[in-house]
Amino acid sequence: MLGAMLHEAWQAMGANRLRTLLTMLGMVIGVGAVVLMMAIGQGAQYAVAQTISSMGSNIFVVLSGYTSVGGVRSGGGSAPTLNVADAEAIAELEGIDTVAPVHWGSVQMVHGANNWNAWVQGTTPAYLDARSWPLAEGNAFTDSDVRAATRVALLGKTTAENLFGVESPVGKTFRIGQAPFVVLGVMAPKGQNLEGRDQDDLVVMPLTTAQRKVFGTAFQGSVRQILVKASSAEAMPALEKSIEALLRQRHRLREGADNDFTLRNLTAVADTAAETTRVMSMLLGAIASVSLVVGGIGIMNIMLVSVTERTREIGIRMAIGARQRDILLQFLLEAIIISVFGCLIGLALGVGGALLVGHLTKTTVVISGSAALAAFAVAAGVGVFFGYYPAHKAAQLDPIEALRYQ
Amino acid sequence: MALLTLEGISKSYVTAAGPFPALKRVSLAIAPGEFVAIMGPSGSGKSTFMNILGCLDRPDEGHYRLDGRSVEALDKDALAEVRNSFIGFVFQGFNLLPRMSLEDNVALPLVYRGLGREARRAQARDMLAKVGLEGYAASLPNRISGGQQQRVAIARALVNRPRLILADEPTGNLDSHTSAEVMRVFEALNGEGITIVLVTHEADIAAFARRQVRFLDGEIVEDGTTPRREEALC
Repeated sequence: MLGAMLHEAWQAMGANRLRTLLTMLGMVIGVGAVVLMMAIGQGAQYAVAQTISSMGSNIFVVLSGYTSVGGVRSGGGSAPTLNVADAEAIAELEGIDTVAPVHWGSVQMVHGANNWNAWVQGTTPAYLDARSWPLAEGNAFTDSDVRAATRVALLGKTTAENLFGVESPVGKTFRIGQAPFVVLGVMAPKGQNLEGRDQDDLVVMPLTTAQRKVFGTAFQGSVRQILVKASSAEAMPALEKSIEALLRQRHRLREGADNDFTLRNLTAVADTAAETTRVMSMLLGAIASVSLVVGGIGIMNIMLVSVTERTREIGIRMAIGARQRDILLQFLLEAIIISVFGCLIGLALGVGGALLVGHLTKTTVVISGSAALAAFAVAAGVGVFFGYYPAHKAAQLDPIEALRYQ
Repeated sequence: MALLTLEGISKSYVTAAGPFPALKRVSLAIAPGEFVAIMGPSGSGKSTFMNILGCLDRPDEGHYRLDGRSVEALDKDALAEVRNSFIGFVFQGFNLLPRMSLEDNVALPLVYRGLGREARRAQARDMLAKVGLEGYAASLPNRISGGQQQRVAIARALVNRPRLILADEPTGNLDSHTSAEVMRVFEALNGEGITIVLVTHEADIAAFARRQVRFLDGEIVEDGTTPRREEALC
């Protein structure tokens, strides 16, 4: 019987093609919008997740304090309040995975006819581990390079391209001032950070080399920041307190005195960014869902018109033996067919639209099977929900009244 | 035993002027194989009577037994089942579904009986052949004449092999020549033993029936048996 009813539903919809198509259009737009918005939202979430993972997970950054000269205060990291010994002391704390002291600044680099201003990070080999940063080619420097302050460097991808062009820089030299530096390796690309800065535009070299041979400092062993990687996310809250207590004690700060360093939990920053995109993604989905509901109401509207138009037909069907549930099923099937076809077309347009948006704006879009499946289920649900009332109304008609209807 | 037994059937409608009694304690029995014409002017209650007879409506009072079964005891689904398998309806306006082919129209009662597609097609074609329209299975109702449409409607009424055919002014929309054609189909069916009850206000149509029941103001005022038209003509 279902086959015959499907056939009849198809005939009924075919009799009013334009109306069926317009009704379907509501679902097409609804589902298309949901799929498109979900793809964009999930794309944003994916991009943020990628950026976050590029920062390294479970990371604290301890910045040295700022200098204040005649009321003019420099930024964090400008005062030499942190040193290598602080980093070594932090490394002894419980819940620590890796600690990397960093001394940074920007320098002008020269290779042949090219010159480039890049961000130099003087650090220990642990830095790459803390930031989960693999090398694309070459090898990292070692602890012995740090001890000997050798003039070696790892280049970020952007820096390497600007200084060496397409050729591989590994084993080649560049100059900072007059001093030559040997490129040991090129780091894998990480892309932008959360602030949109290119993380690949940097040079990583041994801490001692940066301190003594690039920047020079009057304060031996001072560093601008210490990168701390906790052993787990759960260990972070306790570790934050213990790092602060340790540094206050080491810096002999009296009770009530301000910290001469800044402790930042990058994971918390990342979580906020992730949460923001998640909310944005949900918001986009919610707005798109409204059009799905509007599409559903469109179906209900047309099905109600259809029931009224076909009142006499319903009467005839009842007279020749249709039960109430047969009539209910007949109209419900029509609503479901409209929703499901509308959904399929909407799905195709949504996916196509998402790919087009991704292509045109060069942003990440993520088309997930589960989102498509959910859209499909919701559309079918909308068809049943909004189709039920008109179908029920049709099934409840009095056969005599229906037969008399002109 | 009678095929239909109605005892003390009353039915009123609520109107603006108060309740209007459409049927007043009507009793009638129809035996299997009878050909009965229900006659009477408009508003005499004959349509209400036919609706009750066809299980489309229920009486306010009285008892209706159909083939020994009490109709009052049946729920809506069971009534639909009776309409589907026991009764065939023929209407004045043919009431074919315009979007469907003649074959699909004829096969519609079989859909509600739950028959498969092939069985439906075969039976529908048989019935179309029986009413002389074997070549029209794929046509749409608006492609054929009124008389042909009424024959399709009769084929639809017959497809479930009912024991009773209820026809409400079946020739009301047809010219006299076509009317006679359609009435001959009913005569032939009656000859096969199918009980036929038809509502008409035309005496020459009623003359095809052996028994005429006349309604007036919700009551039966005449119930007479006359010889068949052919016999009368002899």
